[in-house]
Amino acid sequence: MQPVNLDSSADEVDRQPKSDSVQDNTRIDQPALDIQGLWAGYNHQPVLEDVSLQVGKGEIVGIIGPNGSGKSTLMKAVLGLVKPWRGKISVLGQNGSPERSRVGYMPQVEQVDWDFPVTVGDVALMGRYARRGLLRRANQLDREAADAALERVGIFPLKQNLIGDLSGGQRRRVLLARALVNQPDLLLLDEPTAGMDATAQHQLLDIIDALRREGTTVVLTTHDLSCVPEWCMKAACLNRQLIAFGTPSEVLNERVLSDTFGTHLLLVHMDGQAYAYQHHTHDSDGPDQDSYQAPAANA
Amino acid sequence: MLDPLTEPLEFAFMQRAFLAAGLAAVVCAVVGTFVVLKGMAFMGDAVAHSSLAGMSVAYFFGGHVFWGALAWAVPASMLITFISQRANLRLDTSIGIIFAGGFALGIILMSQAGNYTADLFGLLFGNVLGVSWAEVALIGAIAGGVVLMVLAFYKELLFTSYDATMSAASGIPVRFVQYLLPVLLGVTTVASLKVVGIVLVLALLVTPPATATLLARRLPGIMGYSILISLISTVAGLYLSYHADLPSGPSIVMVATGLFLAALLFAPGKGLVWLLRRPSLTPSRETAS
Repeated sequence: MQPVNLDSSADEVDRQPKSDSVQDNTRIDQPALDIQGLWAGYNHQPVLEDVSLQVGKGEIVGIIGPNGSGKSTLMKAVLGLVKPWRGKISVLGQNGSPERSRVGYMPQVEQVDWDFPVTVGDVALMGRYARRGLLRRANQLDREAADAALERVGIFPLKQNLIGDLSGGQRRRVLLARALVNQPDLLLLDEPTAGMDATAQHQLLDIIDALRREGTTVVLTTHDLSCVPEWCMKAACLNRQLIAFGTPSEVLNERVLSDTFGTHLLLVHMDGQAYAYQHHTHDSDGPDQDSYQAPAANA
Repeated sequence: MLDPLTEPLEFAFMQRAFLAAGLAAVVCAVVGTFVVLKGMAFMGDAVAHSSLAGMSVAYFFGGHVFWGALAWAVPASMLITFISQRANLRLDTSIGIIFAGGFALGIILMSQAGNYTADLFGLLFGNVLGVSWAEVALIGAIAGGVVLMVLAFYKELLFTSYDATMSAASGIPVRFVQYLLPVLLGVTTVASLKVVGIVLVLALLVTPPATATLLARRLPGIMGYSILISLISTVAGLYLSYHADLPSGPSIVMVATGLFLAALLFAPGKGLVWLLRRPSLTPSRETAS
């Protein structure tokens, strides 16, 4: 499987500042995220093989792929939580570990302990903890930032509620508020739409769209192909290797999707559109009813 | 009229016992809150049991068992964390290895010393009535040190306990905190060994914080209730022990257990009685409890 890089402009970015006087301009041209030849994995098992990806400032990029395709690992590598075996990651023009407060991260909702005895306000405030440093308590400025983030995602009225009492959509918004509390330039969202109903998805989309208009770069992973054309300016198809990268209409075609999802994906042609169904191999009754449905590019 | 309350306080050994037990109660309640939330109860138990090895070495060579326990507990708690992180073993597996290994070594060493049964009994079940002023001072120093550390690193402990991945992503020194908590736990168990003994340390660490989670919503409230319940248990337990002539450590544990059962039944909003009275409003919680 050869990576198909459909984004020709990505290679033209000048990463060498010519002189101090033009450095600011060059920084604007720099991609928000630049991954070159990344190899990473766990216990000597590679999960990511030679992945190269460039995300421009203010773009919304969706990373799609089946379970175990390395989507979350890619995010963790960008966050510095997983050490690359080989390759280079440059975040917001900086090599190595990024300035933490400029990157916001929203983990998968299942990774969080929802029985932990903290309130919505406590969780938002945690986003500011690292900024305070050791031995120092959160101050008024931190509390105001946390309140503003809660306001932004529309759950400020629930500030005093325990996180365990929240609905699925509200839980995601708390995590988003925590990711936004430092007003990051790069926002990483791990499966933001999983298990959400359409209304909650649209509310989340509105927030993300507003952030993009303010210049925030957003990278999200998703299972859900249907949200890619609507949400993302570009899509990266990942299955350990980068299968394809480009605009949704370039990427969401039968060849790329079956390369990405392998035998797990069934494509059905209907009314000139290709619909993708994730096929569960253990399920003998055929395509799963809850599976991913995406109007793909014209077949 | 106040005789039953004041009478024990006339004895110096009871004054020391109240002080030692109260100090251990506070530090166990504070550290125990994280133990309960993080599911580290088994680790606390293992550190206490394996400390018998360190205590026996000290005992064998005529040193103070307290220092032996301390010298053992800190590396043991770090070793448990290290083994589980590096050897790709589940945490409870590496805990089991240290638990049994240290305890067996301790029993072997004790069996080689004279007066085997009587002294072993004291180590296993505590002997707070025999605590010296020097030991009270040591327990106080440990309790003060541990509580100060928890206060100093409160936000890091909170964030890392709640969500380690995210806290690492935002730049909190997670590795440091992941070792800090077991070390504090190890030191705390040592401070409590004299009060309730190796076998029952777990009760002081787990039961009052568990009771507190039924009474309070947020972490600071849970910690506060936990301290209060722990203090009530130790004080009431010592009175019970004095008047009914019962062993002191187990008496403290029985009071703590009784308070937990009372909270389980009657805690406002979360108690079983409360939930049974309003079955239509909270059907899922009722089945869960």
